[in-house]
Amino acid sequence: MAMHTVSLHVVSMHPAVGHPMAVHPTTICSMTRYAMPHEVGYATASGSFSAMWLLLVLPLAGAAILLLGGRRTDRWGHLLGTATSAASFVLGLVLFFALRGRGGEDRAVAQHLFSWIPVNGFQADAGLLFDQLSAVFVLLITGVGTLIHVYSIGYMAHDPGRRRFFAYMNLFLASMLLLVLGDNFLVLYAGWELVGLSSYLLIKFWEYKPAAATAANKAFYMNRVGDVGLALAIMLMFATVGSTNYDSVFGAAAADVIGYGTLTAIALLLLLGACGKSGQFPLQAWLPDAMEGPTPISALIHAATMVTAGVYLIARASPIFTETQAARTVVVIIGAVTILIGCVIGCAYDDIKKVLAYSTVSQIGYMFLAVGLGPAGYALGIMHLLAHGFFKAGLFLGSGSVIHAMDDEQDMRKYGGLWRLMPITWVTFGLGYLAIIGLPPLSGFFTKDKIIEVAFDKGGTSGYLLGSIALLGAGITAFYMTRLFFMTFHGERRWSTSGPQAKHPHESPSVMTGPMAVLAVGSVFAGGLFVLGGSMQHWLAPVLGESAEEGVHTISPAVVTALTLLVAAGGFAGAYLRYQLRPVDAVARPDSEVGLVTVAARNDLYANTFNETVFMRPGQYLTRFLVWLDTVGVDGVVRGTAAGIGGLSGRLRRAQTGFVRSYALSMLGGAVLVVAALLVARVG
Amino acid sequence: MSATASAIAGQDALAQHILAQSTQGTIDVPAIQYSALSPIIIVFGVALAGVLIDAFAPAKARRGIQPLLAAAGFAAAFVAVVLLHTRRQVLAAGSLAIDGPTLFMEGAILAFALLAVLLVAERRLDSSGGAIVASAAITPGSPGATAQRSSAGVQTEVYPLMAFSVAGMLLFVSSNTLLIMFVALEILSLPLYLLAGLARRRRLLSQEAAMKYFLLGSFSSAFFIYGLAFIYGYAGSVNLGRIADAAGMVGANDTYLYLGMALLGVGLFFKIGAAPFHSWTPDVYQGAPTPITAFMAAGTKVAAFGALLRVFYVSFGGLRWDWRPMVWIIAILTMVVGAVLALTQRDIKRMLAYSAVAHAGFLLTGLAAANSDGLSGSLFYLVAYGFTTIAAFGLVTMVRTGDGEASDLSQWQGLGRRSPVLAGIFAFLLLALAGIPLTSGFTGKFAVFQAAVAGDATPLVVVALITSAIAAFFYVRVIVLMFFQEPGADGPIIVTRPTLTYAAVGIGAIMTLLLGVAPQPLLELAGTAATSGFVR
Repeated sequence: MAMHTVSLHVVSMHPAVGHPMAVHPTTICSMTRYAMPHEVGYATASGSFSAMWLLLVLPLAGAAILLLGGRRTDRWGHLLGTATSAASFVLGLVLFFALRGRGGEDRAVAQHLFSWIPVNGFQADAGLLFDQLSAVFVLLITGVGTLIHVYSIGYMAHDPGRRRFFAYMNLFLASMLLLVLGDNFLVLYAGWELVGLSSYLLIKFWEYKPAAATAANKAFYMNRVGDVGLALAIMLMFATVGSTNYDSVFGAAAADVIGYGTLTAIALLLLLGACGKSGQFPLQAWLPDAMEGPTPISALIHAATMVTAGVYLIARASPIFTETQAARTVVVIIGAVTILIGCVIGCAYDDIKKVLAYSTVSQIGYMFLAVGLGPAGYALGIMHLLAHGFFKAGLFLGSGSVIHAMDDEQDMRKYGGLWRLMPITWVTFGLGYLAIIGLPPLSGFFTKDKIIEVAFDKGGTSGYLLGSIALLGAGITAFYMTRLFFMTFHGERRWSTSGPQAKHPHESPSVMTGPMAVLAVGSVFAGGLFVLGGSMQHWLAPVLGESAEEGVHTISPAVVTALTLLVAAGGFAGAYLRYQLRPVDAVARPDSEVGLVTVAARNDLYANTFNETVFMRPGQYLTRFLVWLDTVGVDGVVRGTAAGIGGLSGRLRRAQTGFVRSYALSMLGGAVLVVAALLVARVG
Repeated sequence: MSATASAIAGQDALAQHILAQSTQGTIDVPAIQYSALSPIIIVFGVALAGVLIDAFAPAKARRGIQPLLAAAGFAAAFVAVVLLHTRRQVLAAGSLAIDGPTLFMEGAILAFALLAVLLVAERRLDSSGGAIVASAAITPGSPGATAQRSSAGVQTEVYPLMAFSVAGMLLFVSSNTLLIMFVALEILSLPLYLLAGLARRRRLLSQEAAMKYFLLGSFSSAFFIYGLAFIYGYAGSVNLGRIADAAGMVGANDTYLYLGMALLGVGLFFKIGAAPFHSWTPDVYQGAPTPITAFMAAGTKVAAFGALLRVFYVSFGGLRWDWRPMVWIIAILTMVVGAVLALTQRDIKRMLAYSAVAHAGFLLTGLAAANSDGLSGSLFYLVAYGFTTIAAFGLVTMVRTGDGEASDLSQWQGLGRRSPVLAGIFAFLLLALAGIPLTSGFTGKFAVFQAAVAGDATPLVVVALITSAIAAFFYVRVIVLMFFQEPGADGPIIVTRPTLTYAAVGIGAIMTLLLGVAPQPLLELAGTAATSGFVR
């Protein structure tokens, strides 16, 4: 967009911004012109698509039955939860193939559910939209979700709250499906808040652990910050476009009726929401703490699905981001910064789940980087998201299997040499590990390599900078994942089979290893399947726009691939030398003996300290001040008034003597009063 | 009984007098449309039949027959009111008027009377006999007094007395001359004085209440008849319409008119329990048998308000600029006194009595509005308040100790733990009395306050809102007491099998909810009644 047009739009839209609710000519025009494509744009649901709502309702019904049914459902509750999830997955598959069977034009099916907010001047309908983008998300959510349900049957077998756990998981599935299936931003927002709720409930599932309760609260608060952004973005959309439907908003964005300033504001507010949900800088601090939840939850919600909702939001709103270069620049900066933050901290932790959590943060950074690159990268972001969904879920389930075997020990320094004892976990985890570090031809190689390539292709200094950061990230990822893998499965055993800390590691039951195996297969093949022949990019093109594949390459793809492999090999070698060929200490060295960077990384790069000094402390002081004001000022007035009236009441009560003569006297006084009032009124 | 009978005899004589006066000497027998009077006639008939049954039927049979007869009579009269609903006419040579407001209030009075009969007829509450004394003549403290507490006997005269009182109320709201109004006032009051003294427990308190009510009631009747005399002196007629005509004329010496208006007002303000004429209310409400208190709080309030509205709208409608300041003063006094004094009450019945005083004040804002909306708002408010208050008093009868009703508030502590449903219903009723949305109390208050604002009485509404806030404090305090405090060691016993009381409380609570959630039908009914106005 040329600078000239930009400034023109800012000026012309100014009145509409100043009076958002006023019926400005531009607003009318946008409403009439862009409400129309809705009828022609999305095909109406018929045939198998009329069962679209069942996708949501199946898991929702599961949650309702399990929560309302109480203890009666304890014995078979987990089976019902898994069954509803599986049924939803099967239905998703049916719909997916039905969608493939349609012509390219018709591959977006909308289903109107009901009129949600039918207020005059504000019409919001609840409707579902099943298009190419939501289809792949539905498959990811229900597919991985079902596998993790199965895994949890084994993992949670001895937990007294297993039924509640499955109810919350079903609730999460329904919420997440609502998020990706909504046909307007309001429905998306409802799903957004509901996944936040499910996430909160599941993080504090073991609420008797103070750390879990605190982590749940922290996740909830930090998500609120992002949610406010999303809410403001939706309000701004309504104020300028008059609708929150995807087609109306995107139509208006594409036709330049929204001013550049407003559009950028909407995009940045959406980004704030995305950062909160996806644990991106500067709102990343809650995600590692969320690992206090049961490990299947970490796999499902805090690695594979919910935390990628931010990427979904940006991809879904791609018509908006395409129009605003400024917002996309912010997105890539956030993505790049987060890649580095995640990688650096991932190297310093000894807790296996925390390392995986920071790895998630950094991998989502790659996705943000991709979608921030505009039409060239939207599809790449989604593909990396899907591939990541497989291998990261597999890695988490594998770590869960290890933690289970080591009696809830999460410190990798207390592991070592587990590969002989847990061969299936070793193999499946190993495949996930190879996928994430980008070994060809596993899935991580294809998707990550592409992102690095496109980052370089952005051109100019910024292109080199972003490409280098992505490249460096790939190297560090290889380092910390190798560290994790070898510390856990190889080297000498840093645990004993006797004494008070005795461990008896054993392979997990097949109900747990089965899903791990399926996910491992996914980690191996998914990437190739998506990338080779551009099939996935082509599939998503109607939603995300055609990528400029024919664009000029800054560096030839072959060179980028070679560089990536080289850097990753370097990272691998470093970790192999340090953690495999040399013995690992069973206890981490104290802060005084390690470098400044390590200390900073161990402290989450001081993100918590920053949040506490900048937001929490001033907030607390403000609260204390307001409480003081309330106690002294407001309460003082209220209490004083109450005491005054009470005293008056006590004195007046004495007039009620019980003697008829005094009652009669008061009546006489009243009669005099009435007569006087009337006569005065007459004279006056 | 003799007092009531003589009042009826007196009424005949007075009617003759009016007829003679209105036909100016010539003796014509006026045509009387008996059909239009059918509700009143039915209730009078039931009352007389009740007297006969009491005289001749054996004691045990009476206990069954009397409540059935009374209930059937009130129900039949209610049906008659419904059938008459389109009638608008002046009857019986100008002495009675049947119009929208009259029929509306007659219907309300009969509905409340039916609910009250349910409460009175409840016999499962006290060990054997219900709330009504077995024999009122036994001196408290004498050897027989203890025995009668557990006796199965009941003073069944309570039903004919109620019927006479209801008949008086019906007559009160439909009277078109001041003399008929006075007669009706006596017909409704005399039985109530007796009823107040019929409590089974705490006989002395009950008799004291009856005595006080009688003395102060006579005092207020004297004011009323004194005012009537002044008005007659000014207008030369006791007909409400003629008084209005005379009041419209310029030049006459109108001191009589204003004195008369003031003294009539005092008599009526006493009946609705407005300050400073309210002092009988807490003592009588506390001493009377609780079912009778419920009946008085709902029925008497409607009847007295009906007469008040009719007198001030019909006769003195042209002088509204002169009487409105007076009504303002009384309304403000009433609201403040009711709300403030309720704060420090420790007895649940006394608290509800002061709440009744405060509600009379809120109702007076509808009168101060002096417009059609004020009239329809008042009509709606009366019905809404009546149902809520009957249900509340009915519930009070169920919360008992071994020694009768648990009337002290401290005994209600922790009721929510022992009996969550009952406490929940009571909490809901209290919220309705406080005027919280989704209850009838809110709709009623909204209706009258809106009318008052439209009628340039905004300052009055401000005072009403402030006193509502004060009043909310003591309602909510009881809720806090019931739900957030530990039950005391000698907590109340909840009686679980009083079917009739349950029915009355249930109907009252359901109506409270319905009129809060879907008030439109009744609002429309009140609106239709009010716009057609009073006939004269």
